[in-house]
Amino acid sequence: MRFSREHDVMQRVFVTIVICLLLAFSWYLFLAGHNRPGGGFIGGLMTASAIVLMYMFFGARETERVLRLSYPVVIALGLLIAAAVSSLGLLAGDAFVTQYFDYVTLPLVGELELATAIPFDFGVYLVVVGATMAATVTIAEDED
Amino acid sequence: MLHGAILSPLLFALLLPLLFRWTRGRQIGWAVLLVPVSLFVYFATHLPAIGRGETILRTLSWVPSLGISFDAYVDGLGLLFALLITGVGALVVLYAVFYLDRRKEQLHHFYFYLLLFMGAMLGIVLSDNLIILYVFWELTSLSSSLLVAFWYDRDRSVYGARKSMLITVFGGFAMLAGFILLYLEGGTFSIQGLIAQADSLFGSPLFYAAMVLVLLGAFTKSAQFPFHIWLPDAMEAPTPVSAYLHSATMVKAGVYLVARMMPIFGGSEVWFWALLLTGLITMCWGSVSAIRQHDLKGILAFSTISQLGLLMLLLGIGSAAMITGGTAMERVYAAAVTTALVHLVNHATFKGSLFMIVGIIDHETGTRDIRRLGGLMTVMPIAFTVALFGLSAMAGLPPFNGFISKEMFFTALISLQELPGGTAWLWVAVVGWLASIFTFGYCALMLGRTFTGKFQPHNFDQKVHEAPIGLLISPIVLGSLVLLLGLFPNLLVPGLIEPAVASILPALDPALYSFRLYLWHGPSVELGMSLGVVILGLLLYRSLPRTAGGGWFSRERDPLNRLYDGGLDALTYSSERITGIQMTGRLRDYLVFMLTFTIGLAAYVFFRADSFVAPALIAAEAPLYVYGIALLMIIAAFALLRVRDRISFIIVLGIVGLMISLLFAIFSAQDLALTQLLVETVTVILLMLAFRRLPEVTAERIPAFSRLLKLAISSAVGVGAFLIGVSAYSYRSETGLTSISDFFKENSYKLAGGQNMVNVILVDFRALDTLLEILVLGIVGIGIVMMVKHRFKGGEDV
Repeated sequence: MRFSREHDVMQRVFVTIVICLLLAFSWYLFLAGHNRPGGGFIGGLMTASAIVLMYMFFGARETERVLRLSYPVVIALGLLIAAAVSSLGLLAGDAFVTQYFDYVTLPLVGELELATAIPFDFGVYLVVVGATMAATVTIAEDED
Repeated sequence: MLHGAILSPLLFALLLPLLFRWTRGRQIGWAVLLVPVSLFVYFATHLPAIGRGETILRTLSWVPSLGISFDAYVDGLGLLFALLITGVGALVVLYAVFYLDRRKEQLHHFYFYLLLFMGAMLGIVLSDNLIILYVFWELTSLSSSLLVAFWYDRDRSVYGARKSMLITVFGGFAMLAGFILLYLEGGTFSIQGLIAQADSLFGSPLFYAAMVLVLLGAFTKSAQFPFHIWLPDAMEAPTPVSAYLHSATMVKAGVYLVARMMPIFGGSEVWFWALLLTGLITMCWGSVSAIRQHDLKGILAFSTISQLGLLMLLLGIGSAAMITGGTAMERVYAAAVTTALVHLVNHATFKGSLFMIVGIIDHETGTRDIRRLGGLMTVMPIAFTVALFGLSAMAGLPPFNGFISKEMFFTALISLQELPGGTAWLWVAVVGWLASIFTFGYCALMLGRTFTGKFQPHNFDQKVHEAPIGLLISPIVLGSLVLLLGLFPNLLVPGLIEPAVASILPALDPALYSFRLYLWHGPSVELGMSLGVVILGLLLYRSLPRTAGGGWFSRERDPLNRLYDGGLDALTYSSERITGIQMTGRLRDYLVFMLTFTIGLAAYVFFRADSFVAPALIAAEAPLYVYGIALLMIIAAFALLRVRDRISFIIVLGIVGLMISLLFAIFSAQDLALTQLLVETVTVILLMLAFRRLPEVTAERIPAFSRLLKLAISSAVGVGAFLIGVSAYSYRSETGLTSISDFFKENSYKLAGGQNMVNVILVDFRALDTLLEILVLGIVGIGIVMMVKHRFKGGEDV
């Protein structure tokens, strides 16, 4: 499928707003995941849909100018983060993929929960975005 | 310190790339030489303590929960090998400095592999833990293959490397299985720990299985018949490597293993017979095959095989010490073990020097073919002298060290008659003696064809002259040792050989095997046998030009290679066939495979646990619209069967997906609903993208039988999934089991600090599953990129 490029200004502005909202919401979903519906998988899928929307409305060249991402690298990075976080437990002498959490009180922000599950989930997020986008873009750009 | 010494070659190997960069490709061999030399000195300092009969054990815990710790253990046997490895290693590195051209060869690769090997070999002989031993064992297989394939642009090198890898790694795996069986019986991976309970192991049910598996490892590594075929092909390696790995050290790892395991397995007659027969066959096969070779390294390769067989045979005879009682008998068979170790050292010296001389001949004349060589005696007098020493020792002539071990070998053969059976054992002696005649024959062949006769300069592409002195140092050192150990045979015996015998036969009184060797011990049967070897060997050499004419004798290649090559071809062919059956290229078939397998497996588990529950009416009240949604899904599912074009197909499929996510939302599984919704979205996008490469929807005529089969499979899958679902739900309520969700409800906030149960399960309780799932997802993503962007266009070489 060719990504179309010609759209009127109204649409472009509208779509830009939608994409921004989608990206923000997906990031919210990802962060909220620990306590509310959401998480890395859902957040990642929503981010991927937002990026697909960018491709569809602005075309591959424009999108890739803005997002200089190599999706296989994103996948690898996500796996690396998840594996690294999983290995943390080994350093402490615990089992592989032991997760830790604690509550800290920061000035202005108040009490905050810090959990190793969050960076782990970020790894999941990156892999989901990377894999979805790698598949989509590769199939879309394939010539013959 | 001890661990550091074992690992130092590996650590130095890691520094090598930096060193290479830093010295900009100068001869890094000199720096590498420091490693074996200092290690040799370090291990030599252990000699006094080991000579007093002490042992050293240093423990470094590695995986304590599995009983795996890096136990460095130095005793006589280990020290003997360690000195051999570092001593010969130092000479080989020195030789390689002059042998390999630093401008043409990739020296940093070479020395990296060589150091890798050296460290691994030290690890084998100095570790008390079987798992550590195994790890280092495979490391030697790996580095050996890398060294064989050092000139990786030559087909024969790659072939030899693959062959040695396949055969030795096969043996290594078998050995690992044997070790695990020993662990199951003995409860420890420590060799000394197993030796301590050797008596109880002897009667255990897994004893023989473990023995056979360990022997497989030893025999493949030490090139015993019929696994010896990798060694001649490994001669494609650079000659320093052949001298080091494939004659002096690595191939002796199997001998080491057999010696090390002797206290555990030695009391069994199966062990005795296995070693005796394998050793005898290998010895004969090797020495007879050696005569057929035209390549000097080929001769040496088969000669090494033959000598390794001899060592196995001697250890086999020695193991009789543990079977038979009586002091006199034990004394006789302990002498066989002593002989094996003496010959092991002797073999390393003379075979090492011979390989180096062959390397020099190759280096200076450009060929190793005895049909082209000849008359080098006057051209290369020093090389000739060293070769004369080495070959005389190999043939068993006085006053060289080979003579002494050959005489002792004959003594051991004769001593077999002390066993029950008496003179019936004579055949072993006769066969061993015959093999020695052939040994003499190929030694004479090497000397005669290479150095005597007429020197014909037109046979060679380059001007032939004596090798530079640097290249000659190492063979001269080894050659002097050949003579020195012949004149003073007791040099190593009290301080090194005896402690080594003590580690092989720990149960024996040391007084039984403390005796001295003599070059001359008066007229005896052994001397007569040696004389016979010389006479008949000379006759054999004289008659060779006639017998070598035709038939089996004219072919160089070992006939067993056909088995290996054929087996490899058959393996490729049959795996292609199996892949062909499975990989039809039709998605439909893959779906059938996956679904039937998944449902079949789940149904089997349910059936075996007897947990199928007949669907009963679920009494709980559901709002009316839930029925509406369900009805819509059913209608959509049936409509799918009727739809003929793809757009409508996707839409109808989307209805099913959306209804499912709606159901999730109604039953308050927001995460699942969200995920389902997003997956639907992405799926639609992907399907739309894939559209234009899908073929036209055509009315396919499917045979009636095939239709019925598909109907049966799909209904079985549907019904199966339904039954499993219902059973999973009602089994719990019927039997009153607590739901696992109660655990998560209770603990997700307490233990993982999260209120979203689904997410906590994903990233905490079952995080390992998630990790592996995203791994799969990542592989799929990268796989799509690879398959689309680098697809076959037809005609490529895979």
